[in-house]
This record gives sequence, structure tokens and C-alpha cells, in this order.
Amino acid sequence: MKEGITVSEKIEGAGRSRPAPNQEISASLVGIKNFFIALTSKPASALGLFIFIFFLFLAIFGPLIAPYGINEQIVSDAGQPPSPKHWFGTDNLGRDVFSRVVFGAREILTLAGFGTLVAVFFGTTIGLASGYIGGWFDEVLMRIFDGLLAMPLLLLALLLLGTLGPSKNSVLLVIIIVYTPIVARVVRSVVLSVRQRGFIEAARLRGENLAYILFREILPSVLPALAVEAALRFSYAIFLVASLGFLGVGVQPPSPDWGLMVREARNNVNQMPWTMYYPAAAIAIVVIGINLLADGVKRVLLESK
Amino acid sequence: MTSNEQPVLEVNDLTVAYRIGDRWLEAIRDINLAIQSRQIYGLVGESGSGKTTLAMSILNYLGENGKILKGSIVFDGEEISRYPREKMRAYWGSKIALVPQNPLSSLNPTLTVGEQVREVLRLHLKMTNIEAQQKVLELFERVRLAEPERVARAYPHQISGGMQQRVMIAMALATSPRLLILDEPTTSLDVTTQASILDLIKELIQGREMAVLYVTHNLGVVVELCHRVAVLYAGELVEDAPLEELFSQPMHPYTHGLLMSVPKLGQSKSEQALSAIPGQIPALSQRGQGCIFQARCPIALEICSERPPLEKVNEQHLTRCYRWQEIAQGEIALEALFEAEGEAMSMAVPISSEKGTASALDAQGIVVEFEGQRSFFESITRRPARKVKAVKNVSIQIQPGDTLGLVGESGSGKTSLARAISGLNEPEAGSIRIYGLPASPKLSQRNREVLRRLQMVFQNPEEALNPFMTVGESLRRQLFVLQGIRGEEAQRKAEEMVQAVQLPVEVLNRRPNQLSGGEKQRIAIARAFITNPDIVIADEPVSSLDVSVQAAILNLINRLQGSFHNGLLFISHDLAVVGYLADQIAVIYLGALMQLCRAADLFQPPFHPYTEALLSAVPSVELGRKVEAIRLEGDLPSPSETIEGCPFHSRCPRKIGQICEQQAPPWRIDESTQKRIYCHYTLEELSQLQSKTRYSGL
Repeated sequence: MKEGITVSEKIEGAGRSRPAPNQEISASLVGIKNFFIALTSKPASALGLFIFIFFLFLAIFGPLIAPYGINEQIVSDAGQPPSPKHWFGTDNLGRDVFSRVVFGAREILTLAGFGTLVAVFFGTTIGLASGYIGGWFDEVLMRIFDGLLAMPLLLLALLLLGTLGPSKNSVLLVIIIVYTPIVARVVRSVVLSVRQRGFIEAARLRGENLAYILFREILPSVLPALAVEAALRFSYAIFLVASLGFLGVGVQPPSPDWGLMVREARNNVNQMPWTMYYPAAAIAIVVIGINLLADGVKRVLLESK
Repeated sequence: MTSNEQPVLEVNDLTVAYRIGDRWLEAIRDINLAIQSRQIYGLVGESGSGKTTLAMSILNYLGENGKILKGSIVFDGEEISRYPREKMRAYWGSKIALVPQNPLSSLNPTLTVGEQVREVLRLHLKMTNIEAQQKVLELFERVRLAEPERVARAYPHQISGGMQQRVMIAMALATSPRLLILDEPTTSLDVTTQASILDLIKELIQGREMAVLYVTHNLGVVVELCHRVAVLYAGELVEDAPLEELFSQPMHPYTHGLLMSVPKLGQSKSEQALSAIPGQIPALSQRGQGCIFQARCPIALEICSERPPLEKVNEQHLTRCYRWQEIAQGEIALEALFEAEGEAMSMAVPISSEKGTASALDAQGIVVEFEGQRSFFESITRRPARKVKAVKNVSIQIQPGDTLGLVGESGSGKTSLARAISGLNEPEAGSIRIYGLPASPKLSQRNREVLRRLQMVFQNPEEALNPFMTVGESLRRQLFVLQGIRGEEAQRKAEEMVQAVQLPVEVLNRRPNQLSGGEKQRIAIARAFITNPDIVIADEPVSSLDVSVQAAILNLINRLQGSFHNGLLFISHDLAVVGYLADQIAVIYLGALMQLCRAADLFQPPFHPYTEALLSAVPSVELGRKVEAIRLEGDLPSPSETIEGCPFHSRCPRKIGQICEQQAPPWRIDESTQKRIYCHYTLEELSQLQSKTRYSGL
């Protein structure tokens, strides 16, 4: 069965002469447009993209959407079930759950997003250098990372937060420390497959410096794998922030963190279940959405290969 | 072969298509073939010609995305092309057998090879395990596997590529099939191994009640083996004739071009340029309705935009060309036409240089070692790591404007030597001088001037260029980093260089994925030459290219080197190619030089016994050239073994005795020709032993 596929590819590849006319238009805009067409061709990926954009929208325009302030207490309305006035109801302090969920989007997306970004930056740099240089440098770094990765993620996070003390910055640091090794490993594995290629050796033969080889010659080949990994890390970072909030070691009250909201709602879950349902649902939907998106990006990148 | 006998296999008007995206594209079109019993039918084509598709269609083993659009496949009077998979199981391996190109990927790595052959015997011949065991040993002996018992117990990865292929052949022949398909069975093997596998195939097949389809891209192999040859081009059968007739009177311009573009053993660049077929095979989506070869054909007419029929030259000879009669009567000199095509292209403007009289490259006593693995115990007891010597004290010199051809089989250390000289791998010992200027063994310690003086062309064009940079960016970067040239001057130089490698200037704005393999290699060559280096190392630059593209690249390298007047170290496993391009030739075996001589002298005795075996192993595209078959026994020794004496003694067919195992041989030097041979025999003794062999002047 496989034979046929490879044969046809061989034929197509070997005989390729001049590029087809549509390939000649090198405008990257077309590339981006084609990427989104390919991405949204599968309902699951389209849904993931929609969810992501929806929450991004909430994060950016939250203050315009939310009918009440973050910590605005309407004591007279405390503990109300969902109603036209308070779509998601109110909590025991009289805060509007809908508004807090909306504000929470910004809180969690910036925290997880920024943390992921920094982790991707460090992970990429370390992965590139470690994979390309190899030898002792690689060996030592990778064994340290193995040590870090050997611990259950949440346990490691709890240990770090125990030392650092709970705060927003500590959570950020935890995300960076926990995800840098994972990103570095992914990048390194791609580098190992690229470093022996002719164009890298040609760069060495003309005496390019390390930074040029790492970032100009190798990095572009790593980007596809990196994009998928970054998206996945982002969704797990959201999950991690929420988990830490729920455990009470992450973001502190009165922040509208979703995990924290679930934690606070725990005590009154029998009387006011809505205070728990909505933030919990928000966590689940965002994480699932971004995972679907990451799968879609991976699929499109594989197809375009 | 009487033609009134019913053929074993008949392929009628077969058209097969693959689904690519949402279109069905025809990979082979209107193929007709008939193979008689006891006939070996050669199917020749380059990659993309559809030869594997045809073989798979005959097996009825097309992938999900492949489909027979038209035609029939009649096997022993039965039309099998529409049979479902379940029904075909009774044919596969029993009535129709296949020997694939890559034996390792066709053998199950978790079972011993003996068990895999036994399975075939139990399934198709209903043998008991004990009978099968007996039969396996018998079969293994027939395919000349030394120590059949041991091999039968081995797992595929424990035996060499040549042995794996012998196992595959044993498996294919186990059930005495009516039809045997050999799909490039020797392509992944070294020449010396290929030669003994071909001998074996010839011996086992001849005279059997069996039809054989031999699929290959190598014209030389066809001469050795086949009775009749079909030439496939871009999915169409362009010519079909008995072997002798096809080679002596080809009636299709493509066949002509193909035969002429392969350098023959002993042919040299000083005699004439190779005839190259311009362009490349059209992609599946670009195959029009006209003659399939029209775009590359030097004698195409207007009528050729309509597809020519397969015409009969005589009872046995078919060709798909309107102008075959003119070709037959010698009215069209195709040879001259193909050459003119090659020469008409623009020449590079020679870049003047102040090159002195010193050697372009002088590498002395190069030693390359790789560290073997140490066990944990060995490392804590501080035992020294096992060293694998890839190159053992090799010295070479290249004069300006000269080409040194380095020939060896895989594992001979030729690439290690090249990488050591270039600095990509640091050599253990040795000195490298470029025009007397010492080059540090460490790449990072070479300054810009030394780097500029030595550049390399790599084997795989697919990986030679950064896929995310345009061709122009790659070339300009080279100029900027090595010579500080930028801006308009860099652009101008890049344009000149692209024209020198016979590509249009527009290529500068393209990315590598928009170029064909041949075009990519041209750019890689342009990149190496653009800074006018003193020495260029080309490591198998044509081995991953199609035959019809190879010739053009060889001509190009030759021409560029002529105009730049730099030294060239040309590495290849192909003796004919090296013999064609080189002025001097070095033969390397297990990291040591065996012979060093002028290219013309390589084909004259005395030979080093290893050179002799190599030469005798090359399948020749010339008809009727018979040389004494010298076959090497056994496999290349593992490089981690320390070998005393002559490195070649374990396989040498002319081994003298103990002296070869104990003492390193001396260099025997012919003062008049400067031929150097590393052997215990004197040159006179070798000449005497080899007096019957002649390769040049054919």
C-alpha cells in the first residue's frame, strides 16, 4: 500500500521542472491566506481557531464587554443564580461572575502567553546551541533537563512556589522553568536532523559565526516544529496557571483568575454551583480550543511538506 | 525464444494513474510488453519514468492512490489485474516473486532470515518445519552464502547488504516462480558486490522455465544480463528491442542520448565532452498530448506535438518516433546534435588569477580517527577508547588546473579524507597546504583567506542549499563573508556565476524548492566556484542525479575548472566517471591508498589487485566487452579491526601468502609514468599476471 504513495511522490518530485505559475507569486500574504484556508478546512481546527480568537477578543476588549467591574460588589445581589441581569449569576460577595470570567481571560492569557513566550525563547536558544555544538555542553545541559523533567510537573511547580512564595511573578517564573527544557528538547531533536546537511556545512566552510549558523541557517528549519510546540505549551501553561490558582499557591485573591475562582467557589458549591461551573468551563474550553488549534497547525505543516 | 509460444506475462495497453490532490495523473501510458519463459527482459528508465509503477502494477500491488485506468495484465493466460488482494496472495511469492531494491527494509528485523525463508516454504509449498529448514540451507548454499547455518540464524541487520540481497534472491527462487521481478536489486550495493550478485542472478536464472523482468536505471547492468530491453521515458515506452539491436542501432533520440551520456570506461574528458540531454523529465502534471520527449529532443518537428505511434522497425524492434527512418538511414547525426546542444550554452568568463607554481593542494600524512564506543566498565577503568581509523596516513597533491579523482567503495574513507582536508572533521594528524599556505586542521582556526581558497560541493543537492534563502541570497552571502563583496557588485557576480552554470538569471530570486535536483546542484557548484577558490572538493556530486542530468553536470564542472584553473578533488565510487573527469586517480581501500596514477594509465596494466577487481566489476555499456571476471570474496572488514600488513589481504585474489598479512607492502613506482602501486608484487610481476586485460582503446 505504501509503495504506491512513495512511487507517485518520487515521480512528482523527480520530474519537477519549472514551478507551477501559482508558486511563482512569492507574496507571503498568499502563503498566510493559504495557511488559513488549509487550517479551517477541518471543522475541529476551525473550531479551535474560533475559540482562540473568541477568548483573545475577550482578553483585549474585556473592559468594554464586562457589565461590572472586576471586584465590584453588589451586596444586595450576592449569591444570585444566573439571570438576565447577571448572566452567570453572582458569588457570595455579590461580584458578577460573568464579568469576572471575562476579566479572567486577560489575566490568564497574558500570564500564560508571556510565560510561554519567554520559555520558547530560552528553550529555542538552548536547544539550538545544545544540538549544534553537541559534546559535553550538550551532555551536561540535557542531563540537567532530564532531572527537571523527571519530576512530576505539578510537584516541581509546587516546590518552586513554596520557595518563591505565591505571586504572579513566581507563577511566571515557574512556567518558564518548567517549559524551557521541554521546548529545548523539541528544538534540539530537529537541530540534530539538520546539522549535518550540506547547507550548514557550506556555512561552516565559509567561516560563519555560531550565532549566524544557529539563527539564520538552522532556526528557519526548526520553526514549523516550534510553532506546534509553542501552541501546545501555551494551552498547558493556561492549565498550569489555573491549577496553581486552584491549589492556592498561584495568583492570589482578589484576582479574577479562573482557577482561583473555582477554588473560592468550592465552599459554596452546593448553594451556588454556578460560581464554579462557569470559570471551570472557561478553562476547559480554552485548553481544548488551543489544543485543537495546535493539532490543526501540525496537520497543515505536515501536509505542506 | 520462439515467439509463437505463449508468453508468461503479457501487458496490454496498460495505463496507470495516481491521485494527486483531487486529480488523477497518468504515471504510465499504453504500455505493451510480453515476456516469454526463459527470457530476461530489461526495463530501463530514469527516476520518474514509471518503471517501479509498472512493476507494482504487474504485481497488482499499487497503493490506495494508484489505479489501473486501462489495459490488462495477463499472467499465464489469466487476466490478473482486477483480482482482489486476497486472491493475489496465492500468486505473490509463489508464482510471481519480487527482489526489491532495498533488502533491509523488505526483511522483518525481528525474525531471523532463515525463519523468513522458511515461512515462504511452509506457506506456499506446504513444507513441514524440518523440511523447510533443510531446504533453506540448500537454497542458501545455491546463492553462495558462506556458512549457511550461521546466516540462517542471523537477523537481517547482522549480515551485510550483499548477503541480505542473496537472502532475498533465495527467498524469491524458493518456490520456483513463473515470473521473477527484480527491481533495481543491485542499486544500493557497491560495484564489487554488485558484480558478484549479477553473476549469481545470471547463473541462477539462465535456462530456468521462468520469465524475468529486470528493472534498472543502469545500462551497463542490462548489457550483462538481458535478452531484450524496453526503454521507458516519462511513463511511455519509447523503444523496445533485442539487446544487441538496441545498443547498436537505437532508433529513438532518447535512447541515443541515454547511451551517449554515460561515460564509458577509459573515456576521457580530453577526447570529447559528454553528450548531455538538455532539460529534465517532465513532471506528472506537465505531460502533454504530444511526443513525450519533444521538449528535450534535438530533432523535434511540428508533427511531434501529436503523439507518435509505436512503430515497427522490424519484427523485433519497436520505437515511438516519427523520424526513425531518417535515424536508421543515418540521415540525422544525433551524436553531433546532442553535443551541439551542450556547447551552444554560454561559457564562463575566465577570472584571471595570480596562481604560482606551488601545488594547489598538498596534504601530507592525513590520519582520521573516530572514537569507538566504550562500555561503562572500560571508561571507569580508564581504558583507552577503541579508535576506528577511517584514513590511515594518506598523502595527496593536486596541481593547479588538475583534477585528482578519488575512487573507493563505501567505507573506504574517501569522504572522511575529503572532510578532513576541508576541515569539517578535524584530522588526527597530517598537514594541509594550499599554495604553500598552511591550513589549520581546525576549521575555526582558518582565516578568511584560507577558507576562500578551499570550497566544497556536496553529494546531496536536496540538502545543499538553505531552503529558506533564495539562490541569490546564498550566493551573495558567500561573496560577502569570504571576500567582503556586497551590493551591486555582489549581484553582478552572482548573475555572472548563474549564467556560467547555464541557468537563467531569474533563478536568483527562486528558492531551492522551486528547482530540480540538477538545477540545485548547479547552484551548489556556483556557490563553491563563485569566490574563485584554489581547490574545490566535490564529494560524489553526481551520484544522486539521473543519468541524463549527470552528463551535463560533469561537463559543467569540467568547463568551470578549465576557466577558473583551480585544483579539483573529485570523489566518486564510479570508475568510469572518475576516469572521464580526472587527470590523476587515487584508489583508496579501507582508508589507505592502493594506487596512484595518471587517469589514462588506470586502465592499463599493471593494476593494483584491488583496482583490477574494481575495473572488472564495472558493468560496461559496451557490447561484447569481455574481461576476466575477478570477484572479491567476503565483505569489507570492519574498520575497527586492526589489520596487519596489506589492508587488502583478506579479500585479495592475488594474495601471495603470509607476507601480505604480516608486512606492509612497499610503494612500487614506475619512473616513466609515475604510476604508484602499493603491493608486494613488483610492477613487472603484476604486468605479467594481468597482461590479458585491456580497458582503454576500445
